[in-house]
Amino acid sequence: MRALRMNRLRTGLTMLGMIIGVAAVVLMLSIGQGAQTKINQSIETMGSNLFIVLPGATSSGGLSFGSGSVKTLTVNDAMAIAELPAVNATGPVISGTAQLNFNAKNWSTSITGTTPDYFMVGNWTIEDGSIFSETDVRSAARVVVLGSITAENLFGTINPVGKTVRITNRPFLVVGVLAAKGQSLSGRDQDDNVFIPITTSERQITGNQFPGSIRYMLVQGKSAETMEEAEIEITQLLRQRHRISDGMENDFTVRNLTAIADVATDTAKILSIVLGAIASISLLVGGIGIMNIMLVSVTERTREIGIRMAIGANRNAILIQFLLEAIMICFMGGMIGVILGIGSAWIISQLIDMLVVITLSMVFLAFLFSSAVGIFFGFYPARKAASLKPVDALRYE
Amino acid sequence: MSTNQPAPSPTTLIRIAQLHKSYKLIDADGNTIENPVLQNINLIIEKGEFVAIMGHSGSGKSTLMNILGCLDTPTSGDYWLENQNVAMLSNDALARLRNRYIGFVFQGFNLLNRMTALDNVAVPLLYAGENRASSRQQAMEQLRRTGLEKFAMHHPNQLSGGQQQRVAISRALINQPPLILADEPTGNLDTQTSQEIMTLFEQLNREQGITIVLVTHENDIAAYARRLILIKDGSIVYDGDQALENVPDPVV
Repeated sequence: MRALRMNRLRTGLTMLGMIIGVAAVVLMLSIGQGAQTKINQSIETMGSNLFIVLPGATSSGGLSFGSGSVKTLTVNDAMAIAELPAVNATGPVISGTAQLNFNAKNWSTSITGTTPDYFMVGNWTIEDGSIFSETDVRSAARVVVLGSITAENLFGTINPVGKTVRITNRPFLVVGVLAAKGQSLSGRDQDDNVFIPITTSERQITGNQFPGSIRYMLVQGKSAETMEEAEIEITQLLRQRHRISDGMENDFTVRNLTAIADVATDTAKILSIVLGAIASISLLVGGIGIMNIMLVSVTERTREIGIRMAIGANRNAILIQFLLEAIMICFMGGMIGVILGIGSAWIISQLIDMLVVITLSMVFLAFLFSSAVGIFFGFYPARKAASLKPVDALRYE
Repeated sequence: MSTNQPAPSPTTLIRIAQLHKSYKLIDADGNTIENPVLQNINLIIEKGEFVAIMGHSGSGKSTLMNILGCLDTPTSGDYWLENQNVAMLSNDALARLRNRYIGFVFQGFNLLNRMTALDNVAVPLLYAGENRASSRQQAMEQLRRTGLEKFAMHHPNQLSGGQQQRVAISRALINQPPLILADEPTGNLDTQTSQEIMTLFEQLNREQGITIVLVTHENDIAAYARRLILIKDGSIVYDGDQALENVPDPVV
């Protein structure tokens, strides 16, 4: 330990390699973990066991249209699908954009026409008031549920429930405000949105080229285990309802959103691993630096080793002395590195508004890894010192 | 190993029989040649003796000293220290032997510069398995006996040569070894300090019965010893008392 204090600059520089390595590992892991957490949060807001059913993907005379290019799905399709054994509920959607006014303020946002089930399927929670009812849908009532961002922009601190907003100049009663959800997986802000009964939307706001058709629908399966079954049931039912004969292509697309979410989670995991691996390389380089400096130190202190052996140090005593020095460098470097890593992760999260997550196991891992590096790279120089012959070591100038 | 192991004698400290030491060298033609350094050394040193070993540089006296100190091993022959055959011992057993039975005093003092005088003296106790507190305490007592207690917290580079050598002697004495090996202990000291150090050795030998083996090439230093061994070209050429007229080849 004394030797470390005597060679402050050298010890400091050697430690720096370790510090940078450990800090890089902690930083990279926390960024990776942050990305993972962010994705998980988005997935949680999305709702579970979810399908999205889109109309279209039809081809006409060799010309293929993308999904949603043809208005083939209807509200009735959605109602029929909701009755399937493996399906819990459906939320048909027609959407558009509209201008909202409250007093002197106005706000342009996307407008979603749907049914009450949509809120359950899409995992929305109500912050204030209530969602609109089936009755409101049947009667095409002028009621609206506001997304949190829209509510804030239009009403500020005023409670919007019970107030009247004008949507494309028609008065709507605000019945509820939704709790904030944040961004979706695709990065869209889910809270800047207003919801009205699908019938109201079709007849009064967005209009519809083909009455009864919808933009898409969300379908919630009964359970995670029956997702495949549900997909088959939906496909069969829609083919039957759309009178698609065998051999013809579907005029709709069923997508399992849970599967997409799994891919996103896997991607984030891989990102974590890759970042961690890159950072580990710097830790490895730091370790080699330690080995190098320990070898120099052993050569420089050959005479000291000789003296120690002459006065009774056995091989283990010498081995442990040098190994401890290497481990000490790594341990202290690891500690400073962890602090530096957490600090820089925090700064990054403040500067670019990125989510970073630091877990205890991550810190523990960095420590463990740096100590292992110390033992691994410290062992060879320490053994070299211990295997010196006392007479040779004493004679060394 | 020779077969004629002597009967253990309670008064014998060192017994060396037919000891050879050679180093392998590679000559200009790339052939390995044996370079003999010590040849057929036979030596018995009793407990309580004060022996000076003299010889020119290159005579092999340092090699003999290293073998006596268990720092080096003989090529052939036997060396019993306290009736233990050194050639049979492992490296760790040799380390233990050096720790318990031998105190070293070197020409260059060989103190550990990073440590205080006190810690330097305490190190052999630590290697003997003592705890730090008790080691420091014993080291302090030893320094007091050598008259160095006020320098206990000094580092070697803050001490004079004579003081450093006294610290080194304190370190050599700390485990109460029966044998002290001193390799040119006054080589770096002025005349007056040399005399003080030699007086200290004489005192240790006379009052505590510690066996002292001294290597020197100065006659007046060798004169403190009661027995003189002369080495020339790897062999003992004289072994007897200090009557210098009997010495065939005076070294200075």
